[in-house]
Amino acid sequence: MTQTALTQIAEKRNAVEVDTPKMTARNVDVFYGAAQAIDDVSIDIGMENVTAFIGPSGCGKSTFLRCLNRMNDTIPIARVTGDIRLDGKDVYDSSMDVVQLRARVGMVFQKPNPFPKSIFENVAYGARIHGLASSKAEMDEIVERSLKRAGLWDEVKDRLPDSGTALSGGQQQRLCIARAIAVDPEVILMDEPCSALDPIATAKIEELIHELRGRYAIVIVTHNMQQAARVSQRTAFFHLGTLVEYGDTSELFTNPHEERTKDYITGRYG
Amino acid sequence: MPQSGEHTVKAFDDDIGELRALVSEMGGIAETAIGDAMHALMKRDLETAKRVVEEDPKLNELDARCERLAVRLIALRAPMADDLREAVAAMKIANVLERIGDYAKNIAKRVPDFEQRGDIEPLSILPAMAQVVSEMVHDVLDAFAARDADKALAVIERDDAVDDFYNSLFRTLMTYMVENRHNIALSTHLLFIAKNLERVGDHAANIGEMVYFAATGEHLADRYDFVGEPGGTAVPGAAEDEE
Repeated sequence: MTQTALTQIAEKRNAVEVDTPKMTARNVDVFYGAAQAIDDVSIDIGMENVTAFIGPSGCGKSTFLRCLNRMNDTIPIARVTGDIRLDGKDVYDSSMDVVQLRARVGMVFQKPNPFPKSIFENVAYGARIHGLASSKAEMDEIVERSLKRAGLWDEVKDRLPDSGTALSGGQQQRLCIARAIAVDPEVILMDEPCSALDPIATAKIEELIHELRGRYAIVIVTHNMQQAARVSQRTAFFHLGTLVEYGDTSELFTNPHEERTKDYITGRYG
Repeated sequence: MPQSGEHTVKAFDDDIGELRALVSEMGGIAETAIGDAMHALMKRDLETAKRVVEEDPKLNELDARCERLAVRLIALRAPMADDLREAVAAMKIANVLERIGDYAKNIAKRVPDFEQRGDIEPLSILPAMAQVVSEMVHDVLDAFAARDADKALAVIERDDAVDDFYNSLFRTLMTYMVENRHNIALSTHLLFIAKNLERVGDHAANIGEMVYFAATGEHLADRYDFVGEPGGTAVPGAAEDEE
């Protein structure tokens, strides 16, 4: 194999582009006050793939994830520069409706955070404020469909009026996923969605991610490398605010290109 | 960030070290077995031949230990990247070394058939051939120990010389058998011995591929078209003689 061919392979492996990008980020910097948390990150999020962000604590993976639906707007000292687009449209453009953006780019958090309302209302809430249902029957349908897609319907269909907070941790997290799905998003961001769950509940979420793949562009931040390896097709490794390596998950975990990636995934870091 | 140093979990290093040591030990035993079998053959030394046969189960046992250790490592430590490649390579290499031991045993088993016979001319080629394959086994294990991809490649390239030995010996033995049919039985034994040595060379080259992959993450088969058994294809009717 020629040196050129090897170089091309190396470049392809580390390319930030994907074939069908849903979101694109170019030269993104994030500052918290004077401290720089993200340094010149460029990456595509594909529609067909589950994308995993991995890296040690404080590497910026969650910070970057929160840029994708402008969750960092809620932090007064946070400042984001660079270019982030959803279907080619600048999400930081002044004409972008942030509430609309967060409906299109939904989010699931580390700790399940259902509203202190009924199971039904947890799912219906977003759909209602976005005016997605014009009748009770339509709303029932949205709730049922969302709970089914989140793999929770069979467990809660007879207790929809019960409080969402009365469910188990794993069920609460799936309720939160149902809530995100109910507003018909295009992208779902998951920030450590399983870190508070036991292995069985984790497996159910992972199976759910697998089923949702293709219908939504999914980005998952996880500390659990095995989880990234199991659920994603593309993996991005962040370190000290930079994107070190981005590639096919199977390649990145068997033959990482960058020394820093290798040291991290083999447990030689720190 | 420290580069390629020790694992944060030190017991991980201990496990990998144990696995690597086991493979190296097996390599030493396999190399010695070939040397001893050839020595026994050339010197008609039945004692040594018997010992080679008797010691073969030791390699089988170590191979089984290697496999258990590698499986445990994969299950408990979930190795990634070069660690994963190394664990898989160690398991495969141990298996190949066990096979090399079988070939040495096969050669040793034929020694009694040569006991009452004087030197025959084609026999004189075998020590040189055995020397090359022994060195291949030795060097490829060095390459494994040093994670040296270039050294592994160098071993793979030497396999052609072994094939040349085999093909040349095959022709010589054919002529020998045609000349005098009383030579057929002994020539057939010699042919099998040569084939055994040729297979050891192939296996050393296979180990070279595994070492290359473990060290670099690249599959050599993607770069080379030598996959398969070159020595076996050139000569028709050269049956496999394996346990």
